[in-house]
Amino acid sequence: MNIVVCAKRVPITQEVDLEIDQNGKDIKKDALPFTINEWDNYALEEAVLLKERLGGTVTAITVGDEADEEVLRRAQAMGADRAIRVSPDGRELDSFGLARVLAQVVRELDYDLILTGVQAEDDNYGLVGVMLAEHLGLPHAAVVTAVEPEGPTAKIKVELEGGLDEISRINLPALLTIQTGINEPRYVSVMAVRKARKKELEVRDINSLGLCVEELAPRITTLEVYPPADTGGAVMLAGDPPQIADEIIRIVRETGVNI
Amino acid sequence: MADIFVVIEHRLGELREISLQMLTKADELGRKLSAGVTAVLLAGPEDGFENEIAVRADRLIVCRHDRLKNYDSDWSKELLSRIIAEHQPFLTLIGHTPWGLDLAPALAVKTGRPLATDCLEIAVTDGRPEVIRQIYGGKMFSRIAFQEAPGYLIMVRPGAFPAEQIQRGPAQVVKLEVPSDLAPSRREVFEYVDSSAGEVDITQAELLVSIGRGVGDEENILLVKELADLMGGTLSCSRPVVDKHWLSKAHQVGTSGKSVKPKVYLALGISGAFQHLAGIGGAGVVLAVNKDDKAPIFRRADYGAVADLFEVIEALKEKLKG
Repeated sequence: MNIVVCAKRVPITQEVDLEIDQNGKDIKKDALPFTINEWDNYALEEAVLLKERLGGTVTAITVGDEADEEVLRRAQAMGADRAIRVSPDGRELDSFGLARVLAQVVRELDYDLILTGVQAEDDNYGLVGVMLAEHLGLPHAAVVTAVEPEGPTAKIKVELEGGLDEISRINLPALLTIQTGINEPRYVSVMAVRKARKKELEVRDINSLGLCVEELAPRITTLEVYPPADTGGAVMLAGDPPQIADEIIRIVRETGVNI
Repeated sequence: MADIFVVIEHRLGELREISLQMLTKADELGRKLSAGVTAVLLAGPEDGFENEIAVRADRLIVCRHDRLKNYDSDWSKELLSRIIAEHQPFLTLIGHTPWGLDLAPALAVKTGRPLATDCLEIAVTDGRPEVIRQIYGGKMFSRIAFQEAPGYLIMVRPGAFPAEQIQRGPAQVVKLEVPSDLAPSRREVFEYVDSSAGEVDITQAELLVSIGRGVGDEENILLVKELADLMGGTLSCSRPVVDKHWLSKAHQVGTSGKSVKPKVYLALGISGAFQHLAGIGGAGVVLAVNKDDKAPIFRRADYGAVADLFEVIEALKEKLKG
């Protein structure tokens, strides 16, 4: 089973105060640590698990600058056999553009399955995977929580709302967008990532893919980014933890709940 | 002005709430823009809900087939792209749901129309839509414009708009046969299963002590369980805890888990992703403890404390024991 995984590097924004950048169209990212997008990490783990069980290869692809190679090094440390970075040459790509770029690269590869994350933690669009499938003319499924290849098909589970799962069979090759929780991604040590830096990593230039400027033009653009309004939030409880605990107990008892 | 289309979502013979929410928003936009509202229903031969939709739209395009009883990935895309090509709607609204996420991006590529997902607000200025979205886990908002195109696709976040009783119809019903040249679907659904059944029923609890990513480690779950027991409450959690297999899906509050309605919801280390907040709409008093003072949960909570959740848990235990 030959598997292609598309992954992205994202800033870690939990428990950090975010600031808007100069042009007001994104946050300031220079001081933030980055990591692999959580959904993509699950997709990578799933690919490596399938390879370990069924044989074959895993190819990891990212579109980004040199710093984004970190994601590929991590993939190689997890067990990816091949790593490809597409350099965007300074071009701003939206999901439409990214899917086109990925399609050009993936088209030349030999694959049975393509895995991406459902969405990315930063912009939350959730578009690239399914768009890539459509460009390649592949069947697809979004929000997948189990994959079981069976000959020329795969039995898959899709997560719906309210605890309901949809079980279906999909023809291979196919593209699946992977939901968090599908597996338990392995721990990857800093050491292992460093060792992976010695492995081969292919770099492709976006201009070498035979796409015209028109095909890469963003279909949607951000006009502004702004923080939520301060008003209408919670009444904040002040004090040290014992004081907060007192307040919580008082508020709970006020509702009539016995504690 | 060309019509506003709403793609109706239904499942296992029931209309999904998001369909009515989108019809409500389409009605409002339609009034402002003097545009008609068309509902598009792909359904099984026996499915009802035609009447419910017909009062909310000017036109109902309906295509019935056994295969369309529930969402079919290939057929939905194929049929909708043909319907869009024929009718050239100005806006097409699709739910930001698992099925919407399967359908809309493919439809955008196939029809060449720009698409924005997970939209909370939609406005139209000078003939072009603008939408509001959340980014970075709900810590920032963004306003998005579309490149000029013959029409636009917009995915609507469930709960972003109310489902109101609107009077538009009765809709003119346009019946569509499944075209004979439609290729067989490459994905066959054969079963729906409930993965959230389990040892606890969090939907009936009066007091939920709920934990999120902030719990940090599997062994810390026990500390929270002790607190829940001491308070006479039920332990529940947000998605990351289930993803890590620290608690079973029966404990999960949110869109893909359960909707809950306790008198008190104590959220410990839960940041408040919208999928989680959608599950606590029916909660009475929401109390949140989180280290991050910008966590979106504080915008939904009635009371909040910026603190280390373990220190608060310890203090609560001491006081309740004493």
